[in-house]
Amino acid sequence: MNIQQNSVSENNFEQCIKCTICTVYCPVAAVNPNYPGPKQAGPDGERLRLKQPDFFDSALKYCLNCKRCEVACPSNVRIGDIIQMARIKYGPQKNTSLRNYVLANTDLVGSLATPFAPLVNTAVALKPVRFMMDKVMAIDHRRVFPKYSHGTFTSWYKRHAAAAQAAFPKQVSFFHGCYVNYNNPQLGKDLIRIMNALGYGVQLLEKEKCCGVALISNGLYKQAKRQAETNLGSIRKAVTNDGLDVITTSSTCTFTIRDEYPHLLNLQNDDVRDRIELATRYLYRLIQSGEVSWKFRDAQPLRVAYHTPCHMEKMGWAYYSIELLRMIPGVEVTVLDSQCCGIAGTYGFKKENYATSQAIGAPLFRQIEESGVDVVATDCETCKWQIEMSTSKPCLHPLSILASRLELTK
Amino acid sequence: MRFDTVIIGGGLAGMVCGIRLAEAGQRCAIVSQGQSALHFSSGSFDLLSKLPDGEAVADPIAGMAALEKMAPEHPYALIGAEACESYARQAPLILQETGISVVGDCRKNHYRVTPMGKEKATWLTIDGYLTAEDSGQLPFKKVCILNVEGFLDFYPEFIAEEFRKQEVVCHFATINLPDLEHIRKNPSEMRSANIARVFDHEDNLAALAAKIHALAADHEAVILPAVIGINRSDAFEVLKSSVTIPLYLLPTLPPSIPGIKAQQALQRRFRSLGGEYFLGDTVLTAESEEGRVKEVFTVNHGDEPFRADHFVLATGSFFSKGLIATPDSIREPVFGADTLFNPSRADWYTLHFFDRQNYQAFGVKTDRRLRVLRGGSAVDNLYCAGAGLAGFHPIQDGCGAGVSLLSALYVADQILKEKRS
Repeated sequence: MNIQQNSVSENNFEQCIKCTICTVYCPVAAVNPNYPGPKQAGPDGERLRLKQPDFFDSALKYCLNCKRCEVACPSNVRIGDIIQMARIKYGPQKNTSLRNYVLANTDLVGSLATPFAPLVNTAVALKPVRFMMDKVMAIDHRRVFPKYSHGTFTSWYKRHAAAAQAAFPKQVSFFHGCYVNYNNPQLGKDLIRIMNALGYGVQLLEKEKCCGVALISNGLYKQAKRQAETNLGSIRKAVTNDGLDVITTSSTCTFTIRDEYPHLLNLQNDDVRDRIELATRYLYRLIQSGEVSWKFRDAQPLRVAYHTPCHMEKMGWAYYSIELLRMIPGVEVTVLDSQCCGIAGTYGFKKENYATSQAIGAPLFRQIEESGVDVVATDCETCKWQIEMSTSKPCLHPLSILASRLELTK
Repeated sequence: MRFDTVIIGGGLAGMVCGIRLAEAGQRCAIVSQGQSALHFSSGSFDLLSKLPDGEAVADPIAGMAALEKMAPEHPYALIGAEACESYARQAPLILQETGISVVGDCRKNHYRVTPMGKEKATWLTIDGYLTAEDSGQLPFKKVCILNVEGFLDFYPEFIAEEFRKQEVVCHFATINLPDLEHIRKNPSEMRSANIARVFDHEDNLAALAAKIHALAADHEAVILPAVIGINRSDAFEVLKSSVTIPLYLLPTLPPSIPGIKAQQALQRRFRSLGGEYFLGDTVLTAESEEGRVKEVFTVNHGDEPFRADHFVLATGSFFSKGLIATPDSIREPVFGADTLFNPSRADWYTLHFFDRQNYQAFGVKTDRRLRVLRGGSAVDNLYCAGAGLAGFHPIQDGCGAGVSLLSALYVADQILKEKRS
């Protein structure tokens, strides 16, 4: 055995002093006793797995990859990465679940669903259909499905937006992600309106696939890697050939492309990583630089509570979204305690995780209900679904709030 | 990003400095590499328990005058005994305002009890813990030490061994509940935080109260490991009010539940004052201009700088990598500050673990205003607070938390003074 090759020291594995702080902040360990917690699942278990892969514990599937263990670790151990790499290296190598295949293949399912969106949306809201999905596919019947859009963002863009974009003096490239494309094209349109108002045209990547986060969490690693290679190829073209920055509206897509590609899929992205940015950060920096400015047409009072998604917490970038919201006249921002909402992408859709998912989110839901705000804002689409399903408040992307109040005339 | 003050390090010193500055209206950011050493807290804060010559200190403030002469490089000596007293009086008030309820007096040490049952002199202790006014004066003669069955980080036999030296009769009891059985599925995870979550539930807390009630007839008091109340603050109060017998907490091995609560309370207070808390990020480099630090850069924020008028280095000592030992020197990694250490590595430590180890007093050199020295001269707007400071033995002299609290308040005052002038 090549010790060096099998060691995970790039994850700072040997820096762990077993202090257990990670387990204190693990949202799953707090509610699900079947999960041994990040210390045991991560560095402790890794010592055993390095000796013998049989020590792989199937309970690692309960890790929702929120990375809050890594944020809490005083020793910089990449605990979440150790757990995910263990699943990739030692876990089941073939996906045999139709359910996981369907949940993970957001592109495929989105492409099939959007042409028939009214039908699909009605169907998945029906009790008998949800009952069937629960029984046949183990997708929990209590989970409210996100609505599909009738027609994709990309088809709208090609038809109604592409031509006008070239006229702008400055350009930026947009990784829209599955949510904008299949569920909420309006968010993509909002981004284009904001960028256009600031004098930026918005280009799409030559070829874009789902970032792959759901494929990774559902064990479809080869497909995740193929899609990641496609995305990195397109991003390199945009950055290197066209000199464009690439912005995204989803915190998880951003995190996956910047950090999970090199850490979990072993795809180097050093050459472009700094050019892939969350849209709110990009806008914050543009405004701060003084190169552009904006005008607001509306200063109606609006109380907004910002929820920090787990991957946003890991990136440390919630600050930019919160500051951007604070720049909007009339908007009063409350920052919710940074804690997991429980859905973690496809995790909360699964029957076996539903109870855990809702128990994790319970303190957040309580805080939202007690906050007295008009609306919750967050940069993650699955957090939005979870919050809208589990609380009485609507949940919007910060850019949607911004776009609704910005003076958009040139 | 632009702030009035950027504090690097989110432990006791960084948080308290940030809170003081934010209270004065400053816009502050704290950048912290993970959670802090408060997670290992004993539940007590030491100010000064011993002088460097080993003499026990009964009155810490009086002790500081002697310390000034014995150890002129000690942070207390730099701050000055008089100022130290004023900050030592302010510190418990700041903790109280934050929601950390403490007892203690800077003019008279009291005694806390360690997880091994030993008595130690200390300054402030979080409410609920067992303390004694003087050494050898435990507040009971017959006690029951109640443990959670299978809990790995609490040792009733060791505690009893020490208590019996004071003629205290000790009995043992354990509690087990279905929910505790549940977490024992992973025996290695029978840790304080997981257990505390079990007792956050009303039913389990009631079962614990019933267990204690049954012990009341034969004992004067019941001792519990400090595993009560992690996500709720009233758990210990509820427990106390539902039994008739006095209850005392003893610290466990880490993680420390009261320490976690203290850290979270400090974070909440800082944020509620408008402070920005960046957790899980590491400051990599700093840019200086004309003897002043202009900006620092972190892992998460890449080329987006943290700019500020003032910077506070509160990155702690070796464990938190505020100091890094190389084969022949001690390095401060962010600013390349001047450090105090013995030139010969052979003098860094002795082979006896519990000896006074020289390396523990290694740290960042500062001037009397606690401004960081670099190349022999003070950087105008860069201060150091907390465990990274040079010249003190936090464990041997029982002054770690005191140095953190007092230096944090002193540095905050230096910054506010400079701002005014």
